[in-house]
Amino acid sequence: MGRGRRFKKLYLSKIYTFTCGKKSLFNDEHSQIGSVGFSRVVLVNEPADKFENSSENNNNNNYADNVVCSTKYTVANFLPKSLFEQFRRVANFFFLVTGVLSFTKLAPYTAVSAILPLIVVITATMVKEGIEDMRRKKQDIEVNNRMVEMLKGSGTFERTEWKNLKVGNIVKVEKDEFFPADLLLLSSSYEDAVCYVETMNLDGETNLKLKQGLEITSSLHEYDFSDFKAYIKCEDPNANLYSFVGSMEFKEQVHALSPQQLLLRDSKLRNTDYIFGAVIFTGHDTKVIQNSISPPSKRSKIERKMDKVIYVLFFILFLMSFVGSVFFGITTKEDLKNNVMKRWYLRPDDSTIFFDPKRAPAAAFFHCLTALMLYSFFIPISLYVSIEVVKVLQSIFINQDINMYHEETDKPAHAVTSNLNEELGQVHTILSDKTGTLTCNSMEFIKCSIAGVAYGRGVTEVEKAMNRRNGLEFDDIMNSPDRKAPIKGFNFTDERIMDGNWVNEPHANVIRNFFRLLAICHTAIPEVDEDTGKVSYEAESPDEAAFVIAAKEVGFEFYKRTQTSLSIFELDPVSQQKVKRTYTLLNVLEFNSTRKRMSVIVKDEKGRILLLCKGADSVMFERLANNGREFEENTLEHVHEYADAGLRTLILAFRELDEQGYKEFDAKFTEAKNSISEERETMIEEVSDNIERNMVLLGATAIEDKLQHGVPNCIDKLSQAGIKIWVLTGDKMETAINIGLLREGMKQIIVHLDTPEIRSLEKGGDKTAISRASRDSIKHQLSQGAEQLTAASGTSEQAFALIIDGKSLTYALEDDMKNSFLDLATSCASIICCRVSPKQKALVTRLVKFRTGKTTLGIGDGANDVGMLQEADIGIGISGVEGMQAVMSSDVAIAQFCYLERLLLVHGHWCYRRISSMICYFFYKNITFGFTLFLFEVHASFSGEPAYNDWFLSLYNVFFSSLPVIALGVFDQDVSARYCLRFPMLYREGVENILFSWRPIISWMVNGFISSIIIFFFCSKAMEIQAFDKGGRTAGRDILGATMYTCVVWVVNLQMALAISYFTLIQHVLIWGSIVIWYVFLLAYGAMASSFSGNAYQVFAETLASTPSYWLLVFFVVITTLVPYFTFSALQMRFFPMYHEIVQWLRHKGKTNDPEFCAMVRQSSLRPTTVGSTARRAAKTNSLSLRGSTTDHR
Amino acid sequence: MSSAGAGSTDSTAARRNTKRPKYSKFTQQELPACKPILTPRAVISAFLLVSVVFVPVGVASLLASRKVVEIVYRYDSECIPKNVTNKVAYIQSSSDKACSITLNVTKRMKSPIYIYYQLDNFYQNHRRYVKSRSDEQLREHSEENSTSTCKPEDMVNGKAIVPCGLIAWSLFNDTYSFSVNNRNLSVNKKGISWKSDRDHKFGKDVFPKNFQNSSIIGGASLNESIPLRDQEDLIVWMRTAALPTFRKLYGKIEEDLNEGQLINVTLKNNYNTYSFNGKKKLVLSTTTWLGGKNDFLGIAYLTVGGLCFFLALSFTIVYFVKPRQLGDPSYLSWNRNPGGH
Repeated sequence: MGRGRRFKKLYLSKIYTFTCGKKSLFNDEHSQIGSVGFSRVVLVNEPADKFENSSENNNNNNYADNVVCSTKYTVANFLPKSLFEQFRRVANFFFLVTGVLSFTKLAPYTAVSAILPLIVVITATMVKEGIEDMRRKKQDIEVNNRMVEMLKGSGTFERTEWKNLKVGNIVKVEKDEFFPADLLLLSSSYEDAVCYVETMNLDGETNLKLKQGLEITSSLHEYDFSDFKAYIKCEDPNANLYSFVGSMEFKEQVHALSPQQLLLRDSKLRNTDYIFGAVIFTGHDTKVIQNSISPPSKRSKIERKMDKVIYVLFFILFLMSFVGSVFFGITTKEDLKNNVMKRWYLRPDDSTIFFDPKRAPAAAFFHCLTALMLYSFFIPISLYVSIEVVKVLQSIFINQDINMYHEETDKPAHAVTSNLNEELGQVHTILSDKTGTLTCNSMEFIKCSIAGVAYGRGVTEVEKAMNRRNGLEFDDIMNSPDRKAPIKGFNFTDERIMDGNWVNEPHANVIRNFFRLLAICHTAIPEVDEDTGKVSYEAESPDEAAFVIAAKEVGFEFYKRTQTSLSIFELDPVSQQKVKRTYTLLNVLEFNSTRKRMSVIVKDEKGRILLLCKGADSVMFERLANNGREFEENTLEHVHEYADAGLRTLILAFRELDEQGYKEFDAKFTEAKNSISEERETMIEEVSDNIERNMVLLGATAIEDKLQHGVPNCIDKLSQAGIKIWVLTGDKMETAINIGLLREGMKQIIVHLDTPEIRSLEKGGDKTAISRASRDSIKHQLSQGAEQLTAASGTSEQAFALIIDGKSLTYALEDDMKNSFLDLATSCASIICCRVSPKQKALVTRLVKFRTGKTTLGIGDGANDVGMLQEADIGIGISGVEGMQAVMSSDVAIAQFCYLERLLLVHGHWCYRRISSMICYFFYKNITFGFTLFLFEVHASFSGEPAYNDWFLSLYNVFFSSLPVIALGVFDQDVSARYCLRFPMLYREGVENILFSWRPIISWMVNGFISSIIIFFFCSKAMEIQAFDKGGRTAGRDILGATMYTCVVWVVNLQMALAISYFTLIQHVLIWGSIVIWYVFLLAYGAMASSFSGNAYQVFAETLASTPSYWLLVFFVVITTLVPYFTFSALQMRFFPMYHEIVQWLRHKGKTNDPEFCAMVRQSSLRPTTVGSTARRAAKTNSLSLRGSTTDHR
Repeated sequence: MSSAGAGSTDSTAARRNTKRPKYSKFTQQELPACKPILTPRAVISAFLLVSVVFVPVGVASLLASRKVVEIVYRYDSECIPKNVTNKVAYIQSSSDKACSITLNVTKRMKSPIYIYYQLDNFYQNHRRYVKSRSDEQLREHSEENSTSTCKPEDMVNGKAIVPCGLIAWSLFNDTYSFSVNNRNLSVNKKGISWKSDRDHKFGKDVFPKNFQNSSIIGGASLNESIPLRDQEDLIVWMRTAALPTFRKLYGKIEEDLNEGQLINVTLKNNYNTYSFNGKKKLVLSTTTWLGGKNDFLGIAYLTVGGLCFFLALSFTIVYFVKPRQLGDPSYLSWNRNPGGH
């Protein structure tokens, strides 16, 4: 409460010349109120329940309530809708059709045994859908039950849930709370009803926005609202964040409303203690929810390929059925010739349509359907559901990874969607945002140049990386963020300046002015902690805060702002006493992106009028007075140095105004400010422009946009893994360039439109001429770049970096040029796009995605990255920051960029490996099983009689082979996490899709066919005709079926054991367990009544178990079936080892600590054009050793 | 200030129930695991092990198979009188089709000697055939009329056939009688079927009815006074064979036969295999622990055992002759085609 009082006298609107003080005016748009699209009527503070009778008067009731609902299903439509979703999948639909057909005479097996697996699979998927939807529901409930203070009928504010809000309610929102709905700002803790809003969730902009209520309501306070009534007419709900048209009737006067008064849901109140607002749009009518598009459903490349493989399987299935039915038709037709029966025991003379020789084509057709059902075991029915289960479990592992948990923000990694896990292992290009993603959006004052002398001994991350580059690799501890940063935003050390030593410097006077300027020229608000007397600042942007803090640390402590004055304590270096100085604030000419500078005009205690200005070098140097250029040369040099070191620079300058001059300016300025014409802004700009001239240069500041912890190292690892990194940033070219992506000697190809010709054209304003010239220029620059590349490609291992700005990008992305742009970009080692808009980010992403056909990963933190995240194959949101928009539309959320390393190299690699080997294995096991059925058919004149008992058939996919494969998909590791990180090259297996290209898929399929042939051939040959046991009885269909089935179960499970190289207890239990389950099932099923178990009745207990030939045969067949695969993989390990096998071998030999071996395995496969410090070092040593070795040879 | 205070306690509370994942070896995927890889030693020992196990087993199987004495005699062409041109018409005629053949015992056969008939090109695994039976009817007297699955051999003159269906209808009906030196060898037909079939699948109160009464006669007739569970020929026949060439147990001779003995077989060649060009064979065989005579398993064991030995040998040679660092990465796909991305 105390703070509120302190602000009370502060009319902040005065210091914002451009954004505030604008009268809300009726304009053309307002005339539309009441017409279509502008028909909303809100009765403020007349809750619906009070006016139940006079409904004509109150249509607040007709609007949606404030409940948001993001669930996919409701209780009522869950069943039909999710069933529909399920059967949209080809495979599921196929099984539905065969399930239905199995109730007809066509079925080769009983209907129940066919439909049961389908039911199991569909139920499992639906349960998963249901659980996911429940989770969404829970999130909705959490949001809907957030608390807000709402005006109750009694005239007091009481806390209530968000969901209870109705249109027309008045709410009080406190500092750092989210707005519960779209509100009309009535009044705030500031006298003039201004408030600061953080809209990061909406547009990703980190700077605070200023909103101001109508003057007429600004005086309303907590107890004035009980009899506040107003009548608002406004536009209907729409998705446009930046428009709002409405009018408010209050005290019989109509006032125009503009976006300036509208506070949007999901934005946050900052720097303001509280506001009062009237609810205008609720729930789904709010602009943010109107804006939310349903995220695109993404499917991974592997799954898309898997669909193709399934189509191949379908093709094989149809082919087999077709061939079978042709043969069946022929044999059936031959059964009856001229009324002579051939196979009389089938009674072909008296047959049903399915076996009628007289209607052989029809019989063949129906047989084809039967065969489709029979061979449907080719299509892994449980594949989809297994994959989904596996992916959910994989995401749990990702979420649980303690190494991706960020302590400070208490955020673990979170896989928002689970169906892209394996895509994480295939990333080819990373498109990264810069601010907040690579950098932590915290600005640190690190260096400055005053009077041509450079100060500051701080070392930037980039400089550190450079040091490391030069072989000084000791400062890993230094790298940690908590090195020594006692003061946030200040990392400046220089004994010449600190502790008052600046007075001894040659230009002490300039230094004093420099820091005074920093202490005065800003819009920050000080907050004095009443207990300790310490001052903290609330500023619009972190760099602004950094300046004020820097001034304070040097001894110019800004501590008080009033309406018209600024007070600072100056530490007198001689007396060591604080001297209070107060400056009268005359004008503030604030910063915006066109002006690129900000000035204040103040009057000091001596009555001097000073204009203090800070701004970008591009606009400042031209504004210096001729006599103010004393330090220009040195300063310019320092500014370039700083920019090279990745620092943000600002130029500081001042000007003394005489009384007369100021008066003239003030008159013009006031006139411009009060003008209500459309040229108001240009007028203000013009007036400001005139006064901000003839300034005297003081120096320059350098602010470090701090890279996040571990970013350089992470980028290094990722590029070792062969991943390309594109940086897409809104920042200007100079600061964007230096973020550790570039390496020494890298040639830069810069594409920009900052040429004199274009600038002169721009002044002319002929738009078509500009665009034509720009297009030509870009085309020229691109082809030049390509030439440079081709020239260099033959000669050396030269790496190139492409830097392009947003304006050029608009042209480069045009249809006729985008291909050459992309060709150039893909052959460069690193690409930086600066000054790009959110839309361009998405466009670039799409271009890269479609043109290269490789997997792209977008990573970003703000709402401006949402397009990119949704467009990329995988979107990663940074959850360590406050905004949630990026996280909401991302597929995986991590707290810090550096966790990307682990996410991709470890989890991505594993998941890719797991899923691809799992799918291959699925195909293998189903082919092994399904093809034995076909082979049996060959010996059963293709009549469609299955070799196995019905329940053996249907439980194969569900019981005897499903659990180990799920374990494979969840737990398998080729190498442990440690080695994944040590040998990033492992990741290339995913990028090149080595494990799921057609080769391994086909090999696994062939393996399946071979296994199947071996099993059938040996079993049938060995059991052919002779006595099966000592008792002389021969083996019937039941015994052969059970034996073959046993072999299949053993083989597929042992094949799994051979294929994986990672056995934990879980794998053992599941693999051996599956085999045991088969025997247990065989016993249990055989013990059931013979009416149920059919020909499997007691087949194990009575016949198989006691017969040596059964056991010998199974043993033989199982081992023999595995020999081809075993030989193949032994040969491969020996002659064509894959990278993971090399690493496995290295681990096995215990050579992982042998630097020579490691270097051989790790570096011999590095590409020359990667970025990152390792590559740099490698390039250097390689060239050295190359030189060395060539001399050795000679 | 009160609200700020509340906020700070909130945040400390939040810190206490942090979202930090719990550490466990399981969730961090660090479970102790055995990670075998295919080292040269492992490969060679695996192959050697397989051959060491397979060769003796193969030898044992082969010996067992060789110990079996088996007499196979094909009689389907021989037992048709030379002057008959239409074999099918002959076999379908009701004349007496007795035929007599002589078998030579090449090696001493120890009791029990199993008698089989072997049919060829007979699709007992045809779907129409396999499905054409009624398990309920076979099992229980009360289910006599459940013949819906038996078409077309379900009813005759509106009365249910017991046992119904094509399988029973086509019951094998050649008969054999054996004599040595004019002394009849008794053929024991008890215990030739599986016990579970007798006990649970064929009822002791189910008697054949209306069997082979329809217009076309299929195979054998059944004695209507004997319950199905004692009709073992039927039980054996009803357990359908897996492949189109099969043997079925006919009976046992529980008497040793000596080398050089001649067995005179008087058989009734009733069963029609001539329509579908099937062969008929009579088989006498002894058994061992491994069953009847089939060298296949033994040879297969020996072959694979030998193959594995050969593989072990060649791997050893390769490892010695051409040792190469397993870690040599020059074989990696991305190093083999330098241009590819």
